[in-house]
Amino acid sequence: MDKEIKHFTVSIYTENNIGLLNRISAIFQRRHINVESLNTSISEIEGVSRFTLVVDITEDQMKKIIGQLERQVEVIKAYYHTDEETIYQISAMFKIKSDLLFEERQIQNIIKESNARIVTVNKEFFVLEKSGRKQEIDLLYRELSAFGIMQFMRSGRIAVTKNQMEISKMLEAFQH
Amino acid sequence: MKETQTLKNKAQKDDASVRITGSEAIVKCLLEENVKTVYGYPGGAIMPLYDEFYKYQDKIHHVLTRHEQGATHAAQGYARISGDVGVAIATSGPGATNLITGIADAQIDSTPLVCITGQVPSHLLGSDAFQETDIVGISTPVTKWNHQITKASEIPEVLAKAFYIAKSGRPGPVLIDITKDAQFEEFDFNYEKCKGIRSYKPVPKTDENSLVEAAKLINEAKKPLIVWGQGVILGKAEKEFKAVIEKAGIPSAWTILGVSAIPTSHPLNVGMVGMHGNYAPNVLTNECDVLIAIGMRFDDRVTGNLATYAKQAKIIHFEIDPAEVDKNVKTDVAVLGDAKDSLEKLLPLLKENTHIEWYQKFKDLYKIEFEKVIKKDLYPTKEGLTMGEVLKEINTQTKGQAAIVSDVGQHQMVACRYAEFNQTKSNITSGGLGTMGFGLPAAIGAKMAAPEREVISICGDGGYQMTIQELGTIFQQKVAVKVVVLNNDFLGMVRQWQQLFFDKRYASTEMVNPDFVAIAKGYYLNAKRVTKREELAGAVAEMVASKEPYFLEVCVEKEDNVFPMIPSGATVSDIRLA
Repeated sequence: MDKEIKHFTVSIYTENNIGLLNRISAIFQRRHINVESLNTSISEIEGVSRFTLVVDITEDQMKKIIGQLERQVEVIKAYYHTDEETIYQISAMFKIKSDLLFEERQIQNIIKESNARIVTVNKEFFVLEKSGRKQEIDLLYRELSAFGIMQFMRSGRIAVTKNQMEISKMLEAFQH
Repeated sequence: MKETQTLKNKAQKDDASVRITGSEAIVKCLLEENVKTVYGYPGGAIMPLYDEFYKYQDKIHHVLTRHEQGATHAAQGYARISGDVGVAIATSGPGATNLITGIADAQIDSTPLVCITGQVPSHLLGSDAFQETDIVGISTPVTKWNHQITKASEIPEVLAKAFYIAKSGRPGPVLIDITKDAQFEEFDFNYEKCKGIRSYKPVPKTDENSLVEAAKLINEAKKPLIVWGQGVILGKAEKEFKAVIEKAGIPSAWTILGVSAIPTSHPLNVGMVGMHGNYAPNVLTNECDVLIAIGMRFDDRVTGNLATYAKQAKIIHFEIDPAEVDKNVKTDVAVLGDAKDSLEKLLPLLKENTHIEWYQKFKDLYKIEFEKVIKKDLYPTKEGLTMGEVLKEINTQTKGQAAIVSDVGQHQMVACRYAEFNQTKSNITSGGLGTMGFGLPAAIGAKMAAPEREVISICGDGGYQMTIQELGTIFQQKVAVKVVVLNNDFLGMVRQWQQLFFDKRYASTEMVNPDFVAIAKGYYLNAKRVTKREELAGAVAEMVASKEPYFLEVCVEKEDNVFPMIPSGATVSDIRLA
């Protein structure tokens, strides 16, 4: 079973230091593993950063990589989860010619049905923002590309887990 | 009252700090960490630090090597024989990149190193300045930790962390890159040793249940086998280890970095595992019922084909690094923690035992190996000299008290197989990385860290020439290291593989060698060449008696092979004796 390639979301809690991104990416690169998506941000704990990566690998590989990640001096803790164990989203932006908004009635319907949000409109272009699952964004992309997309950008996955990740307790334990 | 106290505290604090330059602070940090010897090579971006080394030369000994790679290997030799952190210094750019091989070696062999590199001034970072290189980026995958300092005020805290990280838990190399302006900048210096880092747990907590489970498996085992590695030495657990194997009566085999933790002659020491290890422990790895791995990491050179490695056995793994558990071999019981602590707690849980029948199997297989391999190596009847008989002679004349620093290749395997050890930390070699060129400079560091010991570097003619320039360091520093080159005019190990697996196509393995004795004499070293058996004992005697550095070239049989051998990717029990 461990040989089956699965979709994993990796959450890494770290100190906020220069060079750590390089150190983390090197762990994947060295094993010839492609990182499908990467997001870094602050976390729920002050001064602690959180990396969220998505990789397609076997669980066996995943466990070993978690070990390698946690070996790093500035990594506090690393976790991996399947899609079922997380609530996750990605975000995307579409830049489209403003003319189309008025000329192509269909576009207005697409926007409404997709729950996308208009971020800005000016004479030349308007910008749509859509957050959700990748499939929803892919669908919107397909629908809009029929009319022409000036620019498109999709973010890395962000995710929170259904179960608790006990980082605060670990850090508290260090203080004592 | 309270106010006075605060003022008093403040005054005390002010007293503790002094205004000095960043470069002087580096030296003061090294002194605070009890560093007495550093190895390095000066250059533009590190000159302020060298100016301080000049001022502090009565407190800290800077050894000028002939190449920065030599500086890291010397620092490794220093660390491996002493257990202390080795320190290597280099300038920016090429100086820094030349450290990388030694750093990578230290990373894979868990050697504590602190490397300090100079860097271009911070305002020039990223401008492709003269001798600028991204050494933090380059060294990231091969360091336990690294960091760039651009402000003098960061120096004490970062260097304190560097030493703490290098030596705690599973040791490793740390690189600190310091810009030239940070070295010049003045600040209020105050040093505090690092006592902990919140994101870093050097030693995992030992689960008492895992010890109980391990003890149960060991007590019930009929055919237990221990394989120990460097973790026993790094964890200073030699005494506890000996007590455990003696109480439980378990035959114990070693990896090349683990040897010397107990004496070679210990009855339960059944030899070396792995590709060129002994016949018995390799064959019986696939017959034991419980395999107890202690402070070792199941390297592929140890396990051969994992799919057929000890499949019949329950596996117990004593290990300090959680990432090593289940990495290569799936364990039944993992005992995380420091070897000394775990083994001390294991001892009272073990039943006294002897496994006489099982132990006899090791003796029987040793007899086969002796007849087919060892006899020919140690008591040759042919004309050409063997590497094995040179080691035997060294054992005899040093009474097995020497520290052996080997390079990489055939001579290394022969040295590990046949050298006799009676003291711990006595086998210094490049295990994981297999770095040719390690032997000579590492021996310099080892001899300087342990001047009272006989330190003998055993090199092949190939690896020796990769760092031969360090003879200059030996001469300048008057390091009484003994250097033996076992010369077969070949890159012997590669030639052996070409013979066995590439139909004797000797592609680029034949070496047309210089006059090694003349080169050593060029560095004003005592030197001798041996080509005949009858000259060997006398030459080794002269070398061992010498109070000065000594170079000995022994011309050995050109096309001897090292056996036993587990061909790459084969099963351990399919070990070949010829």
